[in-house]
Amino acid sequence: MRTVQLSHGGGGQEMNKLISDLFFHHFQNEILLKAEDAAVLQLEGPIAFTSDSFTVSPLFFAGGDIGKLAIAGTVNDLAMVGAQPQYLSCSFIIEEGFEYHKLETIVKSMKAELEKSGAQIVCGDTKVVPRGAADGVFINTTGVGTVKYPNISVSQLQAGDAILVSRDIGCHGSCILMARDELRLESELVSDCATLWPVVERLIESGVSLHAMRDATRGGLSAVLNEWCEGSKIQIDVEEEKIPIADAVQGLCELYGFEPYDLANEGTMILAVPAKDVPAALDVLRLFSPNAEQIGTVVEAQQHKVIMHNPWGGRRYLELPQGELLPRIC
Amino acid sequence: MIELKDLSQGFRNPELMQSLSQRIHQLSAQLSESVKIMEVCGGHTHTIMKYGLNQLLPRNIEFIHGPGCPVCIMPKERIDHAIELAMLPEVILVTLGDMIRVPGSKGTLAQCRAKGGDVRPVYDPLDALEIAKQNPDRKVVFFAIGFETTTPMTAVLLELAEKQNVANLYFHINHVLVPPAVDAVMADGAAKVTAFIGPSHVSAITGSDIYQPIVDCYHTPVVVSGFEPVDVMQSILMIVEQKVQGIAKLEVQYTRVVTAKGNQAAQQKVASMFTLRPHFRWRGLGDIPLSSLVLSEQYRHRDAEIVFADALSDQAIEDHKACQCADILRGLAKPNQCRVFGRGCTPTKPMGSCMVSSEGACNAYYRYAGLAFDLDLTKEATTGKASINRAKTEKEITA
Repeated sequence: MRTVQLSHGGGGQEMNKLISDLFFHHFQNEILLKAEDAAVLQLEGPIAFTSDSFTVSPLFFAGGDIGKLAIAGTVNDLAMVGAQPQYLSCSFIIEEGFEYHKLETIVKSMKAELEKSGAQIVCGDTKVVPRGAADGVFINTTGVGTVKYPNISVSQLQAGDAILVSRDIGCHGSCILMARDELRLESELVSDCATLWPVVERLIESGVSLHAMRDATRGGLSAVLNEWCEGSKIQIDVEEEKIPIADAVQGLCELYGFEPYDLANEGTMILAVPAKDVPAALDVLRLFSPNAEQIGTVVEAQQHKVIMHNPWGGRRYLELPQGELLPRIC
Repeated sequence: MIELKDLSQGFRNPELMQSLSQRIHQLSAQLSESVKIMEVCGGHTHTIMKYGLNQLLPRNIEFIHGPGCPVCIMPKERIDHAIELAMLPEVILVTLGDMIRVPGSKGTLAQCRAKGGDVRPVYDPLDALEIAKQNPDRKVVFFAIGFETTTPMTAVLLELAEKQNVANLYFHINHVLVPPAVDAVMADGAAKVTAFIGPSHVSAITGSDIYQPIVDCYHTPVVVSGFEPVDVMQSILMIVEQKVQGIAKLEVQYTRVVTAKGNQAAQQKVASMFTLRPHFRWRGLGDIPLSSLVLSEQYRHRDAEIVFADALSDQAIEDHKACQCADILRGLAKPNQCRVFGRGCTPTKPMGSCMVSSEGACNAYYRYAGLAFDLDLTKEATTGKASINRAKTEKEITA
């Protein structure tokens, strides 16, 4: 079995071969293949710039792997400020002994995901660390893109805006939990891991006013809505019944005492748009997922909190998730 | 085959909830005194808070939160034991989720892990067996916690370890019993409980009959209830019906799972491996004789408290003076009446176990009841100090 050795990160022949046979081979483009110390880019401002590091266990899960995640995650961060993803850097930290064919699978899935937004990897770095110093592979991606729709911001929500969600929530978090050895649950559930630029591009083209957008990654829906309340000094009222949740996700939450609103997503976004644009926005979102829904509204209030309304008239705050996600004991 | 969604669908029907609420309002108008219902189990506390059930009820129905959370009732010295064990180089300490965040006098198991202690939270006790097999040169200690609900799983783990000759698996037993704790609350009398919602997960194992002595001795209704919103609302209605009729009896709302005698195979397995521990000190309730279990004589070789006796401290440790977990567990105070609630004590930095545990009353109040205090949706919010405390807290948290 071919594995990655410490020498693959040593700067010598082995490393050059790994880079040319694997990374250059799959990510090839004019800028990368120049192999300069830094990529020289042609960009027209304003420019969006973002970075993220990816560690996930297990590395391969239903609906994706760490590679797909590393591209979708950074590309989505750009898309969420209305920027078209263009250039990415990519750094690997690989644990000694990691199987080469797994690394190749990860790289191929990165290539496939890049094609969905048209972005390119134009520079990168490879480090190999001794066994035990990393959990298989860690990936960092940094991206830049040209802003196509300005002023999408956490501070732009206004009273009367509608809060929309692009699909059912919590699939990625549930998938990862179910795939972990210790849980040993089986389900048809697939991670929502996906590139969101195509849907954002359609939204921009459709003429919908976009006040705020965010992909609900770690911290899930709860975190996004709370950050928006704080950022725009408004209150958000959410209808519990309207929030789309897959049966398998709801089931996992019932069994382990989790809240679906706290679970991570990797291809689900939350939007704030003016009420008048809701039908047009939903039309676009539903081209990509039939589960897109308006889940709430923005309200002017002294308290900047998320208030969840249940179907029998009860209300509570939807607080930020806290601490590790741990299942209840009984 | 039952699908996961079937477990909750139908038990959250808005029309049914409204109808139960109306019926409770109608009947409770006939009562001359408030009903003070202790929900023994933290799972019920969470259902009440998370689904806003208290907002649907009349003001003469009050909830008192009970001692039925396995994490909350764990005294600090037992958590210290876990930390002392985990810091032994030869030991891998295995325990269930929430336990790693409960502070003992030496910090939490999560902090112990960051200092190098080998602490492994698991979802399933049987994972401890696999860990022991994979680490034959280490000693694996399962820090077992929980009420009657989780004890059979520990028994199965022990049985498998014996059958498969997994010699390096040990047990630190903290399994406690519901009836002695409820009896201690009632015998104390200060909580003024006039009805109980009984934990159905416990009764799924033990049967509902374990609560009959409480009904007979204290003349209080006990309704064994499921955990869905409709379950709890129906159980409250059943209690109110008894109160209107002036009777006190044991009833089972959760008939889809609970029987009078319970799971006798599980009971026999537990009885064959455990025996009553003469004394166990509960957080908040103090020493309650014969209220917990210990491995029986033939399994002494796996009892971590005996095998690792030299490494374990034996001093009882009191809670922080400002923390009112003890009063909350005895039904004498509400979480929001504690002066450190939401300020010195939050889920990310808990001072007391009721804030740590996802089943704890303070955690439920913190997560779900904040709005209730701000908008006067609960009865306790009208009683002055509590609501003022919370209002300050909200400002401080926001700031």
